[in-house]
Amino acid sequence: MTMDATNSTETILEVSDLQTHFFTPAGVVKSVDGVSLTLKRGEILGLVGESGSGKSITGFSILGLVDPPGRNVGGSILFRGEELLGASEERLRSLRGNRIAMIFQDPMMTLNPVLSIKTHMIETVLAHESVSRSEALARSIDALRMVGISQPEKRIESYPHEFSGGMRQRVAIAIALLHKPDLIIADEPTTALDVTIQSQILSEMQKLCRELGLGLIWISHDLGVVAGLADRIAVMYAGRIVEQGTVDEVLDTPRHPYTAGLIGSAPAANSRGSRLTQIRGAAPHPLNRPEGCAFRTRCDYATDICRQEPPETRGSNTQSWRCFHPLATSNLETLP
Amino acid sequence: MTAFVIRRLLQAMVVLFVTSVIVFTGVYAIGDPLEILLPADATMAERAQVARSLGLDQPLIVQYGRFLMNALSGNLGTSFVYNRPSISIILDRLPATLELAFSALVLAIIIGIPLGLWSGLRRGSAVDETIMTGSILGFSLPNFWQGMMLIMIFSVYLGWLPSTGRGQTGTILGIETSFATWDGIRHLILPAINLSLAKISLVIRLTRTGVQETMPLDFIKFARARGLSSRRIVTVHVLKNILIPIITVIGVEFGSLIAFAVVTETIFSWPGVGKLIIDSIKVLDRPVVVAYILVVVTMFITINLIVDILYSILDPRIRSKAP
Ligand SMILES: Nc1ncnc2c1ncn2[C@@H]1O[C@H](COP(=O)(O)OP(=O)(O)OP(=O)(O)O)[C@@H](O)[C@H]1O
Ligand code: SF4
Ligand SMILES: [Mg+2]
Repeated sequence: MTMDATNSTETILEVSDLQTHFFTPAGVVKSVDGVSLTLKRGEILGLVGESGSGKSITGFSILGLVDPPGRNVGGSILFRGEELLGASEERLRSLRGNRIAMIFQDPMMTLNPVLSIKTHMIETVLAHESVSRSEALARSIDALRMVGISQPEKRIESYPHEFSGGMRQRVAIAIALLHKPDLIIADEPTTALDVTIQSQILSEMQKLCRELGLGLIWISHDLGVVAGLADRIAVMYAGRIVEQGTVDEVLDTPRHPYTAGLIGSAPAANSRGSRLTQIRGAAPHPLNRPEGCAFRTRCDYATDICRQEPPETRGSNTQSWRCFHPLATSNLETLP
Repeated sequence: MTAFVIRRLLQAMVVLFVTSVIVFTGVYAIGDPLEILLPADATMAERAQVARSLGLDQPLIVQYGRFLMNALSGNLGTSFVYNRPSISIILDRLPATLELAFSALVLAIIIGIPLGLWSGLRRGSAVDETIMTGSILGFSLPNFWQGMMLIMIFSVYLGWLPSTGRGQTGTILGIETSFATWDGIRHLILPAINLSLAKISLVIRLTRTGVQETMPLDFIKFARARGLSSRRIVTVHVLKNILIPIITVIGVEFGSLIAFAVVTETIFSWPGVGKLIIDSIKVLDRPVVVAYILVVVTMFITINLIVDILYSILDPRIRSKAP
């Protein structure tokens, strides 16, 4: 891709008040309920939250891949200034896999078992560019080499089942890189892999992201993984982003009780606040979320006002949170 | 692969041997062909003479032994009725049946797969409901009744198509076939549709189920996330996956199309083996019946072998495991 547009501070993604709901017979599931986030070129955003908080649906919404009974019901997704909500299917198709790529969680399931790696890669190239098959093949081989697959000329002929999980995920990453996208959404791509391979892939992704100047949204339920990888962290709870900021801001001075709880339950927890070492209770059922702050049934700081919707509060730096009783920024201040 | 084929051939020999014993004994048990072959006023001497010439005076085990020896040298016996080698009578009639079964199979595929895809991709829509209702009718209405209705509508009422016989045949690439002439094709249409209706329904259902099972899979979503067109996703990613079960069933069904073409051949007076076998059972023409069953079993085995080979071509996971 041309590097002229690669202004390192260019905002490539600006999501505001995104709402994606599932209209099920049992009721409306507000999977994504007012998510806002921005991403700059070369930046890695870690999207963290427990299972069912809406991380994947946020990713699929950006790609326009939410299937019925799910539907986008509001908000805005600006991709390099272009509104994607309401864009034509053909326009979205031309962006998917081309300017915006996605990597899925389970590498065992993302490749079609009856098609070779070569078919997968060539068809992805040809879906967006009219080049010759040999050129498409050459580019595919380059992409495989870039993600550390040895003898790519030979291995590209293989079928998915001939690769290990880690190798398949590398293939998926190579496919995502084929068109040097502006944005990659990686939905827990290392969760299914063992720890050594996970950390290899993490550092390679970080490097690729910096070198190619692409924006990366890394979805994970593991704050530890994201802490080592991302520039910024967005913490998601019950369809909302409850806190976001730089990695240092969020990890050193969490303002939202839920974030603090996540840190408390992460392996590298600081010893402060024994009350916060784990989050009590379970996530509310998506059809039966408390009004106001959805976290209030599990929160130690909840008061009556928490029955109302907490507004987004901005700190003096880039940190923001949604809580009526944010934690203080230093240990001293919390003492009475 | 070679070892696999050899093993399958050995299995086939065993199956054929066992079948021949069962069929031979079975037909022997049904009745005495002499009763039918001889005029009612035949003398005992005539009877004994005919029995001797046909080898029917010997005990069953001796008769079977003879049959087996002959069979090993390629002779499956001489028809009591036509006084010709039974195998050549069958081979004379087989092309007509194969042609009918093949046409029905092609119809089942070219109609069944697109309708199944259409219905599977638009689940719950009016199109889906219509196709599914149609396929239930295709399954459940008796074959002979469907045949009668086809004749009533297209031959009797509308007068568009002939309803009996094979019509004029010609030769294409040395094979005698109805496809060579327009008259032949016209005669083929109704019986082929009749034979195919249940199979079309079957293929529709298989395809529809396959689509519904495949569409929610991650690799389809990933294909969409890569920006592939829906056309490519359906015709390559979905179809190639569901082709595996479809091919298996179609292979088995092709055998049964040949075996059960009997009803259709009877309704449409189609001069195939189905009609021959009905006639031969009526007169207890044992050599023809036995030879017919052995031919059908051989075809079943061959088709299964072809299906297994196709299977391994379609599914790389099996291919790499093949010995
Ligand atoms: N097809 C669907 N029908 C109804 N509800 C759905 C559907 N898909 C997702 N949801 C709901 O949307 C919510 C968010 O789902 P999502 O997959 O985004 O969670 P997640 O944060 O990615 O969780 P995980 O860590 O388990 O992947 C869940 O509560 C889920 O119940
Ligand atoms: S708004 Fe209230 S309930 Fe929600 S996290 Fe803050 S203190 Fe807890
Ligand atoms: Mg998810």
